[in-house]
Amino acid sequence: MKSSWRRSWSSLLPLLALVLLVLAIGTARPTFLSVLSLQTMAMQSVFVALPALGMTFVVIAGGIDISIGSVVALTAVLSAYLVRDGASPLVATGAAVFFGALFGFGNALLVTSLRVAPFLVTLGTMGIARGLAKWLADDQKIDADPGFLSEFVRAVPSSPYLLFGPSVWLLLVALCCTAVLLRRTVFGLHVVAVGSNAANARLCGVRVERTLLFVYALCGLCAGIVGALQFGELGCGVPTAGAGLELQVIAAVVIGGASLSGGEGSLLGAVLGALLTVVLKAGCTQLGIADHWQDVLIGAVIVVAVALDRWRHR
Amino acid sequence: MPFRLSMQDVVVTFGEARVLDGASLQVEPGEVHALLGENGAGKSTLLKALSGLVPMQRGRIELDGQPFRPKGPLDAARCGIAVIHQELSVVPHLEVADAIALSRHRSRFLLVDRRARDGAARAALELVARVDVPLRARVQSLSQAQRQIVEIARALQQDARLVVMDEPTSSLGKDDVERLFVVLDRLRERGIAVVYVSHFLAEVRRAASTATVLRDGRTVFRGSLTEVDDDGLVRHMAGRELEVRFERPASERKLGPVVLEVRDLCAQPLPRSVSFDLHEGEIFGIGGLCGAGRTELVEALFSLRPVTLGSIRVRGREVEPAPSARWRERLGMVVEDRKLEGLALSQSIASNVALPSLFRIGRRGFCADRELVALAEGPCARLQVKCSSLLQPVGELSGGNQQKVAFARLLAADSRVLLLDEPTRGIDVHSRAMLYRTIHELAENGAAILVVSSQLPELLSLCDRIAVMRGGRLTPPRSTAEWTQESLLAEALQSASTDEVEA
Repeated sequence: MKSSWRRSWSSLLPLLALVLLVLAIGTARPTFLSVLSLQTMAMQSVFVALPALGMTFVVIAGGIDISIGSVVALTAVLSAYLVRDGASPLVATGAAVFFGALFGFGNALLVTSLRVAPFLVTLGTMGIARGLAKWLADDQKIDADPGFLSEFVRAVPSSPYLLFGPSVWLLLVALCCTAVLLRRTVFGLHVVAVGSNAANARLCGVRVERTLLFVYALCGLCAGIVGALQFGELGCGVPTAGAGLELQVIAAVVIGGASLSGGEGSLLGAVLGALLTVVLKAGCTQLGIADHWQDVLIGAVIVVAVALDRWRHR
Repeated sequence: MPFRLSMQDVVVTFGEARVLDGASLQVEPGEVHALLGENGAGKSTLLKALSGLVPMQRGRIELDGQPFRPKGPLDAARCGIAVIHQELSVVPHLEVADAIALSRHRSRFLLVDRRARDGAARAALELVARVDVPLRARVQSLSQAQRQIVEIARALQQDARLVVMDEPTSSLGKDDVERLFVVLDRLRERGIAVVYVSHFLAEVRRAASTATVLRDGRTVFRGSLTEVDDDGLVRHMAGRELEVRFERPASERKLGPVVLEVRDLCAQPLPRSVSFDLHEGEIFGIGGLCGAGRTELVEALFSLRPVTLGSIRVRGREVEPAPSARWRERLGMVVEDRKLEGLALSQSIASNVALPSLFRIGRRGFCADRELVALAEGPCARLQVKCSSLLQPVGELSGGNQQKVAFARLLAADSRVLLLDEPTRGIDVHSRAMLYRTIHELAENGAAILVVSSQLPELLSLCDRIAVMRGGRLTPPRSTAEWTQESLLAEALQSASTDEVEA
């Protein structure tokens, strides 16, 4: 009973931390709570939160995917490349999403067929994706007009009634869809079962390999969407962008309450974790804290989150 | 002369189960002493107590007359107790010379003195046997027999006074077994005491001069092997009473048609060519020793292990080799190790019970806790699973209730063919009685049930027919009335070693 109390209490922790953080920084710097500032932070957090949704599935299934930062760069470059060659931004977005999912599928094929630890497989594909992105962009950036995509990632919406930019709403829709997928479908139950005890899942007739294929594909798909959005934000495809994003995403997932040993995780928690890292960074900037201390702070938050994870499982 | 090792009145309990209940073991210096007993009689627990791996509730251990209370395996090793496990090597990645001389490394200018190390290792090896073991090879690249010699040499290098060998010949060929006996003679000459655990009586007679027999955690015999013949030993080992008597109704059950037809089934490494029929309404028991291939057989039946040869027909038809197809054909399985493979401990009771039956929930793949609970409710109530709610994590339940959850799965999936691997291992009396009653009721209603068990009374009281597995093969099944505990055990032990050698 005590453990379930711990579990429910600690799932509220990211939210509590986020609220406290926003209030604290807000009292010190009232401009931090301005509409524009909040809108900007919400938009920025999409770039972490969206892949964190896919990553949550992977982590719950007992895996990890550290290639997504590179996949974001690759799909951003790909969509810029296509637009430059005359494709419409919509087609380019579709291609980015499709290719991201395909890349995730490839990750899963390697993980299940080679039976190598997913960390090592995706360490390899991380390099491959980055290299492909550089090759596609000829080691430069690809300039192209992202069209509706740049509209999509604007922090300030075209109509004030929307409150937030379209990408924030996209994130919320994605959160709802993935939450239903995880908690209300047979597939979701299979994901949890595989991550919780793969041998048991196999015994119970779960097709473990097939489940993993979909999980990694979903993660890649999220990275593909973010790739297209990044193209929209920057107005060009930059092959070196998104470096280190995978670690920020994993941090968000862990802060949100996922266990790296599988079987546990929260989509809402992951989104809150992403918000937390973004707010922390923005707040530090507002408060004039130097960039290097921001890294230290975020690192400390991750350590605390992991320590809490251990405490919860005791 | 005091005993080299004297363990007296040892009591060890795991939760509700009393695994050792006043066991004793005495070994003199220079003596090879056999430790015998059925599966689950408490041999390995006694050895674990000796090396400090499990705490003793009561009991006394003396080494050469000195009281000894090991804090752990390292402590035991330091006091001169070397335990040599059947297959595991402690140091698979090291070179042979390093493995042997590990505790004795001398350094010169911070570097290992290789020449001194090789010399020490060679000397230790020569004490054991005159066989070629390459000093620079990695331990994991050696043969089973060579590894054993390395382990023994390691033990001697660390001044072992007592060497414990846990089924040392289980993976050795005939020549290597002979070689091991020579090694044993050498240990004896050096005044080292040896505890020799084995199932194979012929081999035990060849290796050891005295023996202790454990049964149900108690020592039931201690004496010279010349005083007692094989039948006597088997009688000591068997004769076990079941704490829960399941009284079978006197009337014979009517058997239905064959529902599971197995022909010449082979898998890697076991079983080797197994054939049998399982009828509706029948409880079919498979006995045998650990390592005889029983678990491998049920795994192959349930497609958890690839079948290399032979056929499995369910109601006359070949079935796609996947566990999911097995559940759809209304087969169900309870595995031996529920914690490792049988349950998702961090997940709820409901999701554990419902997992194999999810394909039955229609609604285009959508389902929620409500549906899971609905599926789990009936079976859990029938088995009287004690829990605060069906959404409680399985890991919080007692062992008996966890096993009930693993079993409830089969009820939820409405399985008609049940494969049960050690269904009552390590669970309390009430849960056990409950499972026996349920198994019996299911058979009455026409389910076909395969029970693998190491507990002879369980097989004899529950099953209609029993076969024994030995070296990956199944003896012809016989009606339960034709078996006794002694004959079952004799069948399992008999020529088990010759089978091994043939292979």
